Amino acid sequence: MLKDVLKILENDARTTTKQIATMTGEPASEITKLIKQAEKDKLILKYKTIVNWDRIENDQVWAIIEVKVTPEPEAGFDSIAGRIAQYAQVRSLYLASGTYDLLLVVMGKSERQVADFVSENLAHIEGVQGTVTHFVLKRYKVDGETFEGGEGVKRQPVIL
Amino acid sequence: MSARKIEQNRKQRELISERVNRLSPSGIRKFFDLLATMEDYISLGVGEPDYATPWHISEAAVQSLEKGYTMYTSNSGMPELREETALYLQEKYDIEYESCGEILITVGVSEALDLAMRAILSPGDEVIMPDPHYVAYDSCVILAGGEPVMVPTSQENNFEVEAKDIEERITDNTKAILLGYPANPTGAVMSRDKMLAVAEVARRHNLIVVSDEIYARLVYSVEHTCFASLPGVKDNTILLGGFSKAYAMTGWRIGYAVAPEEIIAAMTKIHQYTIMSAPTMAQVAAIAALKSGENDVLEMVEDYNRRRLIIVKGLNDIGMSCFEPRGAFYAFPSIAATGMKSVEFSDKLLKEEKVAVVPGAAFGDCGEGYVRCCYATSLADIEEALTRMGRFVKKYRKVYPV
Repeated sequence: MLKDVLKILENDARTTTKQIATMTGEPASEITKLIKQAEKDKLILKYKTIVNWDRIENDQVWAIIEVKVTPEPEAGFDSIAGRIAQYAQVRSLYLASGTYDLLLVVMGKSERQVADFVSENLAHIEGVQGTVTHFVLKRYKVDGETFEGGEGVKRQPVIL
Repeated sequence: MSARKIEQNRKQRELISERVNRLSPSGIRKFFDLLATMEDYISLGVGEPDYATPWHISEAAVQSLEKGYTMYTSNSGMPELREETALYLQEKYDIEYESCGEILITVGVSEALDLAMRAILSPGDEVIMPDPHYVAYDSCVILAGGEPVMVPTSQENNFEVEAKDIEERITDNTKAILLGYPANPTGAVMSRDKMLAVAEVARRHNLIVVSDEIYARLVYSVEHTCFASLPGVKDNTILLGGFSKAYAMTGWRIGYAVAPEEIIAAMTKIHQYTIMSAPTMAQVAAIAALKSGENDVLEMVEDYNRRRLIIVKGLNDIGMSCFEPRGAFYAFPSIAATGMKSVEFSDKLLKEEKVAVVPGAAFGDCGEGYVRCCYATSLADIEEALTRMGRFVKKYRKVYPV
């Protein structure tokens, strides 16, 4: 039940309580309670909009940064990841398998700003061994949404 | 139209076969003409998924083209597709069919239905079918030289056909019973018990049952019973299925017929002279669908179900009484509150509120008084359509008090 509600909201955060109630067969009051609790429990962190910023003037630069770190004896990667996550410009942060350990998605106003973040902040964090920065040249698909999908295929309006 | 033009058309129609002339498009022709002139309307008139085919399925076809799979396949379809189909039917419904001899791959269920009718009907043979029903059912029977015989169904019995109503219509000429559940246009699902009763009647009168189960995977909170899985029916059953609805593959035109060897042999004869073989790339895609498309189906069904619940509640809330459709992606609400005929209702709704629905009369006499609303469209469009239809029903309820 909770899972159903979360899936519906994840797909479209603007689905109304009333709609969710109909979709799940639960009373609206129950749904309201469930969502409130999920928000309190941090199961739902935030309601967001996916914006295609490439379509309008904007000053956003995105970078994907691979970070190799020395894990700490007790805390492993968690404590260092926690420190990196503090920076507002770090939009996403993952521990990943492979040739590096942490993967960051960083947003800045300019390439210079991102470069400064790497050299002045990131590189100095204790345990960080090295970084590789990839600037994003174009965003094709974000969170399941394709940016340049064209008009899409039109269905025949009426089919028996 | 000028007198000369009318005379010209009359002469041209004389050139057309009697059978085809019988398939007049009835009262909804004008509605379709109207649709063609309209723009920017919300359509609940579509009869297909609103998803594109899952990419891994499409990609299998693209790869097959790159590898040069552009030739005919065997008349009955690629062996691997027949094997996968047999496996699928066994896993889903516990029925066993020989991939070699008992399965024919067709150009959608549409072709399979046509083949089935042409293979079993002699002139004058009667085929009993529920009313309302999918538009091709009676036409395919007529084209094959048979006579369609209607069994009325209604909202009161959830549009499920009753065995006793079928039996009342059996004559010396009755050859087959044609079922299509889950149903287009009603969304009705037939219960196992009712199917068993029909199976019993069919056995007693030695009739063939043709079961079109194209919507088999689109059922909600109920299990679909495959007619062929009922005890003792296999020898007299032609099962039709396909990929269009479950895997969002309508444009690929790929389906199958499953039946005893002699019937499949007869159908294959017609198929080899008229089609040769179903499109090769579509067959490759269908293999991919069967092998790795299950999750896609489940996800789409979950999503249809949410929209189904919204539209059914919404229709009932605005005074269009609607029984709960447990299958396909159609709601079939009553328009009794307005007192209008279904064509008039659809016409006015389109003109005044720019919402397209399909008049129930298109699907037979018993569809009159209803309209078909497809909910395989965005939730936002469904909600907007419901708002507009609500306004419309309210307006005309005053004109025609119930």
